[in-house]
Amino acid sequence: MYLKNAFGAAATLSLLMTSSAFAETITIATVNNGDMIRMQGLTDDFTAKTGHEVEWVTLEENVLRQRVTTDITTKGGQFDIMTIGMYETPIWGKNGWLVPLNDLPAEYDVDDILPAMRGGLSYDDTLFAAPFYGESSMIMYRTDLMEKAGLEMPEAPTWAFVANAARAMTDKDNEIYGICLRGKAGWGENMAFLTATSNAFGARWFDENWTAQFDSKEWATTLNFYIDLLNDAGPPGASNNGFNENLSLFQQGKCGMWIDATVAASFVTNPDDSSVADKVDFALAPDTGLDRRSNWLWAWALAIPAGTQKEGAAKEFIQWATSKDYIELVAENEGWANVPPGARSSLYENPNYKAVPFSEMTLKSILSADPLNPTVDAVPYVGVQFVAIPEFAGIASQVGQEFSAALAGQQTAEEALAKAQALTTEEMEAAGY
Amino acid sequence: MARSVTQQRKAINTAVAWAVGLLIFFPILWTILTSFKTEAQAINDPPLFLFFDWTLENYAVVQERSDYMRFLWNSIIIAGGSTILGIIIAVPAAWSMAFVPSKRTKDILLWMLSTKMLPAVGVLYPIYLVFIRLGLLDTRIGLVVVLMLINLPIIIWMLYTYFKEIPGEILEAARMDGATLKEEILYVLTPMAVPGIASTLLLNIILAWNEAFWTLNLTAANAAPLTAFIASYSSPEGLFYAKLSAASTMAIAPILILGWFSQKQLVRGLTFGAVK
Repeated sequence: MYLKNAFGAAATLSLLMTSSAFAETITIATVNNGDMIRMQGLTDDFTAKTGHEVEWVTLEENVLRQRVTTDITTKGGQFDIMTIGMYETPIWGKNGWLVPLNDLPAEYDVDDILPAMRGGLSYDDTLFAAPFYGESSMIMYRTDLMEKAGLEMPEAPTWAFVANAARAMTDKDNEIYGICLRGKAGWGENMAFLTATSNAFGARWFDENWTAQFDSKEWATTLNFYIDLLNDAGPPGASNNGFNENLSLFQQGKCGMWIDATVAASFVTNPDDSSVADKVDFALAPDTGLDRRSNWLWAWALAIPAGTQKEGAAKEFIQWATSKDYIELVAENEGWANVPPGARSSLYENPNYKAVPFSEMTLKSILSADPLNPTVDAVPYVGVQFVAIPEFAGIASQVGQEFSAALAGQQTAEEALAKAQALTTEEMEAAGY
Repeated sequence: MARSVTQQRKAINTAVAWAVGLLIFFPILWTILTSFKTEAQAINDPPLFLFFDWTLENYAVVQERSDYMRFLWNSIIIAGGSTILGIIIAVPAAWSMAFVPSKRTKDILLWMLSTKMLPAVGVLYPIYLVFIRLGLLDTRIGLVVVLMLINLPIIIWMLYTYFKEIPGEILEAARMDGATLKEEILYVLTPMAVPGIASTLLLNIILAWNEAFWTLNLTAANAAPLTAFIASYSSPEGLFYAKLSAASTMAIAPILILGWFSQKQLVRGLTFGAVK
């Protein structure tokens, strides 16, 4: 009898402990953008299914990056899930800072994740972050202005065509500028665009021996082409323009073409915000015939820092947020145009999603970017619009300053490139490459 | 003999003062105005000043998305707590420097101030590691201590400058009447220095309220104050200026109101010692 009671008590206790361990509160650090905010609004569905509560820490992208980097490098344990990008994931995975995601269940269908995304979020064939949404870049252009210029945009244009069209569409007296491009300094601003563009011109950051390549003629061609084009057909003060500034110009009908993140397509085609919503079409980012286009590849992904006490609940959340069911849930609540794009192949086979005007071009753009072979000549690094080494963010921020100053007319392209070459060489030598 | 000021000159001075005041206030005014616009109106070119369709939509969105009261409460505790703790430590320190200075008092004052010259990020990692060890990450008490330490040099300097203006003879008289050190500071010095302490208090509440490096880097979900509330509405990829403005307006409103009501003390505190 005594034994029976003791067993009974032990069983009750263990059941209590299991249930209290089961319902946990996880803390997630994330960025402020439409898709992430939508996910926060739908968290009740996750709580209803699993019993786990979620605390959100939403921060501006650059603040978030500093915050989660501090926490993960010191093992602060403040977050159970971190929203990180394609740049951080392979570096952090290599350092053993992230929990591998190789044991996701069969119904999650990990093979459905687009190969480019999976490759960019893995290190040594181990997936370290699950893509919540992915993006590339593409041309968004005004069909009416293109027609007025007497031109027709091909699906896969060359830079020569784009430059010619931009100059033809420009009407500065009426504040119409043929092309709007990023000019604001920053590794995620002008350098994301210029690094991706330089791939199409046959340039690269480093050769196989990690020697900086800014003294190459390909980089000189890239930078001069970009500066000349923006001087002739860009908006005034282009060296201050980032994503938001160009989005604002485009929505007000002041840009003929805009090459930027595919995620912008849903903004410029939304009639509530955009005055040109019904006059926009899309094309692949341009090339120069060298078999590399100027589009980038990026994903915001969810990763679990190693050492979290709530790994189980965190994995459940990631499975929920990056699943096919979640996409259905968003479609049901917010419509197909608002589902997180670019992560799963099955989304692009869905007839409802195929009806969304920018879905096809987004997929084509994502598929045409290859982070493992980003350049014409061989390189020792991974990454299309970045180089996945810890030193890159610091170096590219400085190079971005030089290029932005060249665009503003404070120095020549050649001077900017010489400075970029010198500072990159110095930093890389100091880092032991 | 006092200089005679003509009516005309007075009018010009007033106009210039108003113009400068408005110029300084304009960014805040623009933020408040933008918070009542739609996102499309917020980026309109030419900018819309007063004639647009005023809407409260942004405030509704912000209210729905964030728990404003939790951020506000954290801000009040962190800013208020760090300032009060700072004053408690600074009054005796400033007393000793003002009334019983040693050979090294001037050096100590300068050395204290020099800690403000180091960029905060330079000590982020050491402080972060200490906080992990002490279990202070994402706690209000941790932030109260850090912000107190950051503002302590300014509090001591302000009180020191103020105490210097109080004649030492009054304290001496109190001592001769048999007051202990504690009684001297509490019942003689402090009442005389109330205006100075009040302005120091106010200025430090404002500094702590607006502090956006440590409050962002040492908090997560529990202790995050209004600076984190604003940061959650800033986005480099997406035009959310109207919502950001609404969040900013909500974050600065309490301190703006406090500043408005206490501007006399503030101006006095900031300018004392300027004219002797």
